[in-house]
Amino acid sequence: MLKFILDFLSVPAVLIGLVSFIGLVAQKKGISDVVKGTVKTIMGVLVLGGGATLVVGALGHFGNMFQYGFGITGVVPHNEAVVGLALEEFGTQTALIMAFGMVANVIIARFTPLKFIFLTGHHTLYMACMIGIILSVGGLDGAALVTVGAVTLGFIMALFPYLAQPFVQKITGSDDVGFGRFGTCGYIVAAYVGKLLGNKDHSTEEINFPQSLTFLRDSSLSISLVMLGLFFVVAIACGPEYVEQNLSGGQNFLVFSIVQAITFAGGVYVILSGVRLILAEIVPAFTGIATTILPNAKPAIDCPIVYPYAPNAVLIGFLSSFVGGVIGMGILLAMNTPVNPLPIILPSVVPHFFCGATAGVFANATGGLRGCIFGSMAHGVFITFLPVLLMPVLGSLGFANTTFSDADFCVVGAILGNIINLIK
Amino acid sequence: MKILVCCSSGLGSSFMIEMNIKKVLQELGIAGEVTHCDLSSAASHKSDIYVGTRDIAVQLEGLGGIVVSLNNMIDKVEMKKKLSEAIDKFNGK
Repeated sequence: MLKFILDFLSVPAVLIGLVSFIGLVAQKKGISDVVKGTVKTIMGVLVLGGGATLVVGALGHFGNMFQYGFGITGVVPHNEAVVGLALEEFGTQTALIMAFGMVANVIIARFTPLKFIFLTGHHTLYMACMIGIILSVGGLDGAALVTVGAVTLGFIMALFPYLAQPFVQKITGSDDVGFGRFGTCGYIVAAYVGKLLGNKDHSTEEINFPQSLTFLRDSSLSISLVMLGLFFVVAIACGPEYVEQNLSGGQNFLVFSIVQAITFAGGVYVILSGVRLILAEIVPAFTGIATTILPNAKPAIDCPIVYPYAPNAVLIGFLSSFVGGVIGMGILLAMNTPVNPLPIILPSVVPHFFCGATAGVFANATGGLRGCIFGSMAHGVFITFLPVLLMPVLGSLGFANTTFSDADFCVVGAILGNIINLIK
Repeated sequence: MKILVCCSSGLGSSFMIEMNIKKVLQELGIAGEVTHCDLSSAASHKSDIYVGTRDIAVQLEGLGGIVVSLNNMIDKVEMKKKLSEAIDKFNGK
């Protein structure tokens, strides 16, 4: 019996389900809602694992081809992919850090001037996962790991929206709502570069930007297209023989690339469905409880909150940040030497898509159209360099073909990882 | 009546808007099923009313429902007004 309970609770999916279960019971929901919510949360974690298998398969081929074609390691930073990969091993730590981190967020918002409640649930989950990895790699475990992790998570959940608030006020013209998505350092870089190089009098919204490009806002489609481009480049660099003999089992190398690129996007789609199931109970519970306890704290909400204020800046920011990512990759390639090998961070669509777009809106508010272009480009270069600092502290996951992508993950991870290394 | 809220990844903002719509429906005393998803999946969730922020609402045209385009995703006054109009339009059909 004891073995049953221990085995049961050591399944990450069950533990995350337990967090939902407690939340549902605390809200005094009926039995049917409690059962439904708990089972769906567990299913979400398992679905996420399935999506990770798809993503990892496609990324593995990509990494292999990149290595063969260019002789160096290529990394496609992708929060969903790395979290999907890491939850297998660090699920328990993630679940506990997330649960107590949300409690810590409420306490910090109650007693400090950082009056923000971070409501972007998937970013809370990813950040909990990253902190769990770094603390585990650093040698912490048990109560120490959960305590340090939860306090760190709770603190940054309140801190980053606080740092973004002056800019958000400028964009939205109100102080009612906060901004919560862990790319804040990048948006602030963009805003300052925009201010320095731009001219606030000419906003992005005055020009007539082709709205036909809005089809790129469909993230599954954008991921497919960009991965297709990346796969074609490495496939051609490898040549048909290598791919067809070693990887595709004889299938034409370009057909293989198309299938793998869309498989990658499909995997991300499945992971997102899993995340949606996981959060379906946790986010409303947290929102309900936190806003009841703390009516004065501001809710920090995901990046699309600022998009409607500057739809042109969203598209220009995405494209410009992506160009920055290509430039950053070029610089990394130039700096890469046999003595000091660097991982080559490729322009991954998701961070440029969401954070680049947000950087565009921030930089437009400080520097208009020109500010938006240069600010987002600076953001793109910035988030290409940051993972290079993060990867060494991720342990064996630091050698994966993917890593965390958004700015704050890299900044927090690199700082936390290096502090632990110093103390050790 | 089915209401579908969309955003780019179907995780953050569509979820927030969904929670607000549920509150508004309760205030209006109207029963409705509200869900959220990403843009790619929108076409496969047949709904009566589609809701999105202004920057993506154009992508929801042509799915066969009434489209509500929000300028501000947390402004409940705007949402209540636009949603009521859409519901009236739906009932008038």
